[in-house]
Amino acid sequence: MTQARFTSRLFALTVLASTALWLGGCGSSVKLDDKASNGPAPIVNAAPSGSSGNSVPSSNVAPVVVAPSDNAGADTSLPRVIYFDFDSNVVKEEFRGTIDGHAKRLMAAKGKKIVIEGHTDERGGSEYNLALGQRRAEAVQKSLTLLGVSPDQIEAVSFGKERPAVQGSTEEAWAKNRRAEIKDR
Amino acid sequence: MQLPVSRRAALSWGALGALAGAALWPLSAAHAQFRVEISGVGATQIPIAIGRFRDEARAPQPISEIVKADLVRSGLFKSLDASADKLDEVGRPPLSDWRTKGADALLAGSIAALADGRFDIRYHLWDVLKAQDLGGLSLVVPAGDLRQAAHRIADEVYEKLTGDKGVFATRIAYISKVGRQHTLVIADSDGEGAQAALTSGQPIISPAWSPDGRQLAYVSFESGKAVVVTQDVSTGRRRVVAGFKGTNSAPAWSPDGRQLAVTLSRDGGSQLYLISSEGEGLRRLTQSAAIDTEAAWSPDGASIYFVSDRGGGPQIYRVPSAGGNVQRVTFSGSYNISPAISPDGRYMAYISQVDNGAFRVHLMDLASGSVKALTDSRDDESPSFAPNSKQIIYASRSQGRGVLMTTSLDGRIKAKLSTPQAEVREPAWGPQSANPKR
Repeated sequence: MTQARFTSRLFALTVLASTALWLGGCGSSVKLDDKASNGPAPIVNAAPSGSSGNSVPSSNVAPVVVAPSDNAGADTSLPRVIYFDFDSNVVKEEFRGTIDGHAKRLMAAKGKKIVIEGHTDERGGSEYNLALGQRRAEAVQKSLTLLGVSPDQIEAVSFGKERPAVQGSTEEAWAKNRRAEIKDR
Repeated sequence: MQLPVSRRAALSWGALGALAGAALWPLSAAHAQFRVEISGVGATQIPIAIGRFRDEARAPQPISEIVKADLVRSGLFKSLDASADKLDEVGRPPLSDWRTKGADALLAGSIAALADGRFDIRYHLWDVLKAQDLGGLSLVVPAGDLRQAAHRIADEVYEKLTGDKGVFATRIAYISKVGRQHTLVIADSDGEGAQAALTSGQPIISPAWSPDGRQLAYVSFESGKAVVVTQDVSTGRRRVVAGFKGTNSAPAWSPDGRQLAVTLSRDGGSQLYLISSEGEGLRRLTQSAAIDTEAAWSPDGASIYFVSDRGGGPQIYRVPSAGGNVQRVTFSGSYNISPAISPDGRYMAYISQVDNGAFRVHLMDLASGSVKALTDSRDDESPSFAPNSKQIIYASRSQGRGVLMTTSLDGRIKAKLSTPQAEVREPAWGPQSANPKR
């Protein structure tokens, strides 16, 4: 991927809010593109207020949950998450079927590309965990390429501990967060 | 945090907060100002009497209160209120009275609004014990720089009375998270005057100041993976410095500001590379089958300290920045990460996991190799030195929430900087005289 192409992609997907800076006593602002084409939809609270004629302000809150912007399940019903033991990047036997399934569909469609995201639990430093998550993603990548998938179809990346699947500091939460997710491009 | 010291003081920031909120608060209420708490006492505290500056109420910032809070937060001063004396920088204060009241030093000043809208702040410092005039200064600044002017005065007082350079007029960067929103924040060294440099729905980690204080490098996940970006702080102009296939992370500026050490997975694994600050001339620095990450330059630019698990668990190693033999630096503990080298080159701060599983800031004297833990907390991360090498800022957790702490190098003086509603982490202390303004 060229640097120029990546730059444009980064800016196309870039962040939502434009924020005033007051540095050095003079105002300036960060130029940010606000069309987040792939990002989560903006949360719009459409709950009516005062329209019912009720004289008491309603304390009722309609919870709005914006679906995550991932594409899990886009074109297959195969499981897309592989879990790891503590401090391990070994793809366990129980995920053999998942790996085989993804290998078959990728070999059947050579133009198809996937991203494998490695994740860790919350313990330890963010950068070291980023490297550990990368190792997990690359372990899944390797088990796919060993079955014949072209490395060009795969990008292994890591989120380290930055994007846990489950909140919390229990053994259970940690086990759910030590994972690799297979996502279609 | 439990500290083996009895004194515990929470400073009052009422007047300050209200004013900051009115005029200079670009961040939402969720980023309300830091509350500073101090635990621990230095070996000696200098008693200083600080008078309310004449006509201070006419300026939008409580100058003498900011100076006072800075000095007290350093742990090296205790403040005596001299407001009743109606002092300024012109008259000669009753020094013998203040000697009787126990003051070693006295600070007084005045503020005048100029016709062009700027403010003229003048101050004078006296050594009460020697009945000696230690000089003063006049600063003319726009309203938006009044806080910085107050920090500058605190720096002058600190240097005159302790002999060390002050760092109050510096800035810090950190990441705050509220809900799913991640913000790269820049604030004064006291946590006040916070401003959002970048807001994103995806994580931001590892901010690093360029040596001239004009740019920040950081890792942004906004494109769906980790990419190293630099951002000019005053213009907001951004550039992808490392956006290669795979993960791009852990930026560290060389002391001359021309290069960045980064961790890339483009060739498999996580390895160290050097790249120009323009994102050109990529050169691989380490060659291992292990994780090599978290580069930190020595101040002379000759060496790079980094974390590697080549020996099993993560330990800190050193490699010449021109490439060459790798030497192991940490030997005690089985999990040592996140090295930071003091600007004077004498110390390395890092995070070490201790026997009970806690992650704590440790300090190594690089000449002797001796190590000591600086905290007794559980979840410390991301140590970063103040530019005068006298303090370290780091992230920790308190009552289940991310907080920022500062500690002196002997671990005795700590201050907590925390936002009431936001999760804060990944602090980075900016260099001296960032964006000189006067």
